[in-house]
Amino acid sequence: MARPLINVPVKVKRGETFEIKTLISHVMEPGYRFTTTGARLPRDIVTSFCCSYNGVEIFRADLSPAIAANPFITFFTVATESGTLEFKWTGDNGFSETAAATITVE
Amino acid sequence: MMALELLAAAGPARSADIPLDQRRSGYADLARDSKAMQDDDTVNPATLWVLDGEALWNQKASAADRSCADCHGDATVSMKGVAARYPAFSPAHNSPIDLEQRINLCRTEHQQAAPLPFESHDLLALTAYVGRQSRGIAIAESKDERLKPFIERGRELFSRRQGQINLSCAQCHDDNWGRRIAGALLPQGHPNGYPIYRLEWQGLGSLQRRLRNCLFGLRAELYALGSNELVSLELFLIQRARGMTIETPAVRP
Amino acid sequence: MSERKPGATRRAVVIGGFFAATIVTDPAQATPEQMRAAIRNVVGSASIRKGRVQLDVPPLVENGNTVSLVVAVDSAMTATDYVKTIHVFNERNPQPYVIAVHLGPRAGTARIATRIRLADSQTLTAIAEMSDGTFWSTSADVVVTLAACVEGI
Repeated sequence: MARPLINVPVKVKRGETFEIKTLISHVMEPGYRFTTTGARLPRDIVTSFCCSYNGVEIFRADLSPAIAANPFITFFTVATESGTLEFKWTGDNGFSETAAATITVE
Repeated sequence: MMALELLAAAGPARSADIPLDQRRSGYADLARDSKAMQDDDTVNPATLWVLDGEALWNQKASAADRSCADCHGDATVSMKGVAARYPAFSPAHNSPIDLEQRINLCRTEHQQAAPLPFESHDLLALTAYVGRQSRGIAIAESKDERLKPFIERGRELFSRRQGQINLSCAQCHDDNWGRRIAGALLPQGHPNGYPIYRLEWQGLGSLQRRLRNCLFGLRAELYALGSNELVSLELFLIQRARGMTIETPAVRP
Repeated sequence: MSERKPGATRRAVVIGGFFAATIVTDPAQATPEQMRAAIRNVVGSASIRKGRVQLDVPPLVENGNTVSLVVAVDSAMTATDYVKTIHVFNERNPQPYVIAVHLGPRAGTARIATRIRLADSQTLTAIAEMSDGTFWSTSADVVVTLAACVEGI
C-alpha cells in the first residue's frame, strides 16, 4: 500500500505557524457492517495518530470508527527549528505505520 | 414515486447527445468540500492509488523482468492523452478494449506477467496513474471507423429500458439530468473522471464498477466486468462526453 | 412491561428456509443521552460554556461516508493559555465519539481538519478543554443524504 501522504512546507520562517496535512490508506472498518450472509465484519481501525517534532510530541489524536476511511488529519505547529517531523499511526490488529518529513526553518 | 411514474410514461429516449455547451461534468454538482478534495492532490484520497500506480509503473514484472517504464519511459510524457482516447480498437480482439484491458494486454504480451484482476488494487492504481496523465486534456471525437458499430451498440444499451425498474440510462441521464431521484441529484453521467474516488465506496473504483451499480439500481442483470457490453457502454459514454476534459482521478459522491 | 434501556436494542431475527442464518442488528443508532453520557465521561462535573469553538461542517452532506469537518478554537495558544484537547461527539452513530485531539502551546493555532462518517442527520458537538481547566463547546446540525444508486454486491 502507498506510503502515507504528508504535506508540509519545505521552508518556514522561525516562529511562524504552519499547517501539516496527513493522509494514510486504511479501510477504517467500523465493526458495525455485516456481509450478505449476516457475518459481522470485525472492527479494524486506526486508533491513534501522533506527530513529533525533533523528538518532542506536538500532536496526538484518538480516532474512533467515526473517522472516514483513508484517514485525513490536518493540524498546525509553530516553526521552532529545522529538523524532522515524525508521524506514527497505530491501530487494531497490530497496525503500525510511520512517516517522516524534514523542515527547514530560517 | 411520482418521478418514477413520469419516467415510466415517457416515450423512447432521444438519440441525440447533450449539446457540447450544455455538457456538465459531475464536478459541477459536487458539494464545496468534495470539490476541494478533488482540486488538491495532497488531500485527494485517490492520490494514494496514483502513487502506488507510479511505483508499479517502475516495477519489473515477473518473468520478462520488464517494467512499464522499460518500454514507455516517463509516463508523464508517454501516457499524456492516452486516457482521453480510450476505449480504443484492439486488432487482437477485433473489438474495443478499455484502459484496464490494455494494461493487462501489455502485462500478458510484453511482460509475461499474469493479468491483474478487475477492480484489484494494483490494476486500479495503474489505471489511475495512467489516467492522471491525461488530466486537463479534452476527449477527442473518435475518427476510427472500426469503432463505429461498437459506439452504436453502446448507444443501444444506453437507450433501452432494462431491469425490474424498466428504465433506460437515457431516461435519467439524457432526459432528466439536473432533476432529483430519491433525493439525489441526477448527473449527466459523463465518465471524464475515472477511476474515481467514490464517497459511497470509500475507495477508488472503475467506470465498469459504477455502471454495475447503476444496473443494480435498476434491478437489472449486471454485465460481467470486462464484458463486451460494458466496454461498448464505456466507449459510447466517452464519445458522448467528447469535448469535455479528463479530471482523473475525480471525487464523486 | 419489561424495562428497556433507552436507545439500545438488540434483536436477533432467525430466518428459516434457505438461509437459516442469524441476522443480528446492532444498536444501529446511539442516542442523545448516550452522547451526553460520553461528554460527562470526559468533562466530569465541570460546567461547559458556549463559545470560542467553531465547528465547520457542511449543513447538507451528499454522502455520510465522508464528511469534511474543521474544528477551530479561539485561543492565543501561549505557554500559559492554550487548548489542551478538542473532543468531537455525535448523537446518532453507533457510538458517540468522533475524535479527540491533544494540542499544546506548540500548536500555534488550535485548528484541525479531518473527514468523518455520519450515519444519519444529527447534531455534532465539539468541546475544547483549556489549560485553565475550563470547557467550551459548540454544536452544528448536519443533514445527511444517501446515494440513489448504491452497490448491493
